[in-house]
Amino acid sequence: MTDVLAIAEHRRGSLRDVSFELVTAGRELADARGGDLHLAVVGGDVDAFAEELNVEGVDTIYTVDEGEEFNHDVYVQVAQQLIEEVEPSTLLLPNSVNGLDYAPAVAERLGVPIVTDAIGVAGDDPLEVTREMYGSKVETTIEVDAPELVVTIRSTEWDGAEGEGSADVQSFEADVDESQVRSTVTGFEEAGGGDVDIADADVLVSVGRGIDEEENIVLVEKLAEALDATLSSSRPIVDNGWLPKNRQVGQSGKVVTPKVYIAIGISGAVQHVAGMKGSETIVAINTDPNAPINDLADYAIHDDLFDVVPALIEEFGGESPL
Amino acid sequence: MKILVTVKEVAEAEDDFEIDGLDIDERYLEYDLNEWDDYAVEEAVSIAEEGDDVEVVSVTVGPERAEETVRMALAKGVDRAIRVWDDDLATAEMLDVGAKADILAAVVEEEDPDLVFTGVQANDDAFGATGVALAETIGFEWAAVVNRLDLDVEGGVASVHRELEGGVDELTDVETPAVLTIQTGINEPRYASLRGIRQAQRKPLDVKELGDYGLDSSVLETPVSRTAMYVPETESDATVFEGDAEETAGQLADLLRDKGVVEG
Ligand SMILES: Cc1cc2nc3c(=O)[nH]c(=O)nc-3n(C[C@H](O)[C@H](O)[C@H](O)COP(=O)(O)OP(=O)(O)OC[C@H]3O[C@@H](n4cnc5c(N)ncnc54)[C@H](O)[C@@H]3O)c2cc1C
Repeated sequence: MTDVLAIAEHRRGSLRDVSFELVTAGRELADARGGDLHLAVVGGDVDAFAEELNVEGVDTIYTVDEGEEFNHDVYVQVAQQLIEEVEPSTLLLPNSVNGLDYAPAVAERLGVPIVTDAIGVAGDDPLEVTREMYGSKVETTIEVDAPELVVTIRSTEWDGAEGEGSADVQSFEADVDESQVRSTVTGFEEAGGGDVDIADADVLVSVGRGIDEEENIVLVEKLAEALDATLSSSRPIVDNGWLPKNRQVGQSGKVVTPKVYIAIGISGAVQHVAGMKGSETIVAINTDPNAPINDLADYAIHDDLFDVVPALIEEFGGESPL
Repeated sequence: MKILVTVKEVAEAEDDFEIDGLDIDERYLEYDLNEWDDYAVEEAVSIAEEGDDVEVVSVTVGPERAEETVRMALAKGVDRAIRVWDDDLATAEMLDVGAKADILAAVVEEEDPDLVFTGVQANDDAFGATGVALAETIGFEWAAVVNRLDLDVEGGVASVHRELEGGVDELTDVETPAVLTIQTGINEPRYASLRGIRQAQRKPLDVKELGDYGLDSSVLETPVSRTAMYVPETESDATVFEGDAEETAGQLADLLRDKGVVEG
């Protein structure tokens, strides 16, 4: 039992990038343990998906023709049956919103441990998983001394596997008990468009929880105006209703790649970074020199935004509103 | 109807901190109600306010210190609170997902709620797995990362939006009883009123031991252990602008002009 089983992720007809990252992580782990990498794809156009997924490093691909879209009740049952067939030591799943909607249930059903949001996996026995804590301020090593386990991997931590593969593609007949399917996906909804598309901007002035109060938003509005830039934000600002949803940068907001991204009072949580790490130049204004955003920044000011932003507005001939 | 809300007191590290062994030194940790749980509490309390005869019970696995956080949930409208703690829990090295699910499952069995709300994740260790693991353990249906909820109590259906990546919501009908993991932004958590805070002092807060639920320390046994904690080598190659605010703002202004992205 040294094999690894990974399950690909797709949505509305397309495989998601993390599927290929699972192959890279899974191959690494399988090699370290001297086993094979099995990959399964469940639902949708499984044959077309299998063709796309047949990249370097995959030994077997199981196509499971069950439904169109993700449904956790189906996925849990299929995962369990695949595990009985393949007997892997590790089930590798994405730490995506859907991954987290079924991975813990699979682990619980099998009675095996789960470690989520892995950023590193070392293959020695016992398995060592690297993951972050305290808002990415520290890393931890988690040792799992068990013959079988479930691990979910953070997206973009591993490169996506490429190249031509030579996997053995097999169709797998799952036996789904419909009485155990107690949820129904009825559709999808796109978050509203609104007045601006922050993805179009050359310069983004992006504000985070460091702004502290709704009244202070005028300060960054004024800066955006002085720079002729567009205002965006991290999630808590939108959750609080201080800016509309179409201003949110990140995993559940927009992905932006401006020439300059000025992060003001933003810590740099992984879900935020997912939306802005492709920016050409990143500037961080943050009182905390250890905030994770500094790891990404090209330029940093470790100072109070309430001092720096007014000075910056004045530099461009504006007047600070606070 | 009864709604059980899981509430965790989480630790947040100060800007400057030191690691002591396998965790951040106590002195540099501040404790607060988990951000996601605040939204879960609000969702439950607002359902109770709209409906007749809805009881909201919170459950926390945590030390006495956590009572401050629990009282805050009571002040916001939770009717009754349970805190599970004993010597075995106090000396456990790590509560892994399975252990948390088993303990909470025992509470669910005793309380028999119609709905369980948890936060999507806890701020501190961000495992994001407890709610779904709990659902499986107790045989409830579930939905993870819920940012909208319409409840049809009589029909036994929770119609939810699950917030996927990239600004897309998945619309799903979930049979109840169910566990929903609640995402930030689903509502606007209230501040505790002074009256609420006064009332909270008189609301029941029961402290339970594992034994009260027929569990013993074996529920805490786990093959999962934390063996190291460290501050990662900084990947930062940022140019840090030094000086007072006027100086740093001046340097940043020069940079922006050099890049040709601003005028003036
Ligand atoms: C499923 C899921 C999806 C998510 N999607 C997103 C997403 O799309 N986008 C997103 O942004 N987040 C998302 N999050 C939330 C994310 O985990 C963080 O909670 C969030 O990004 C934190 O926002 P922040 O950096 O503004 O706040 P914080 O993390 O609280 O950081 C505030 C920062 O401001 C600094 N600061 C405070 N005062 C000052 C001052 N006076 N001057 C200068 N600096 C100061 C602090 O040092 C700190 O670094 C998601 C989470 C989950 C679980």
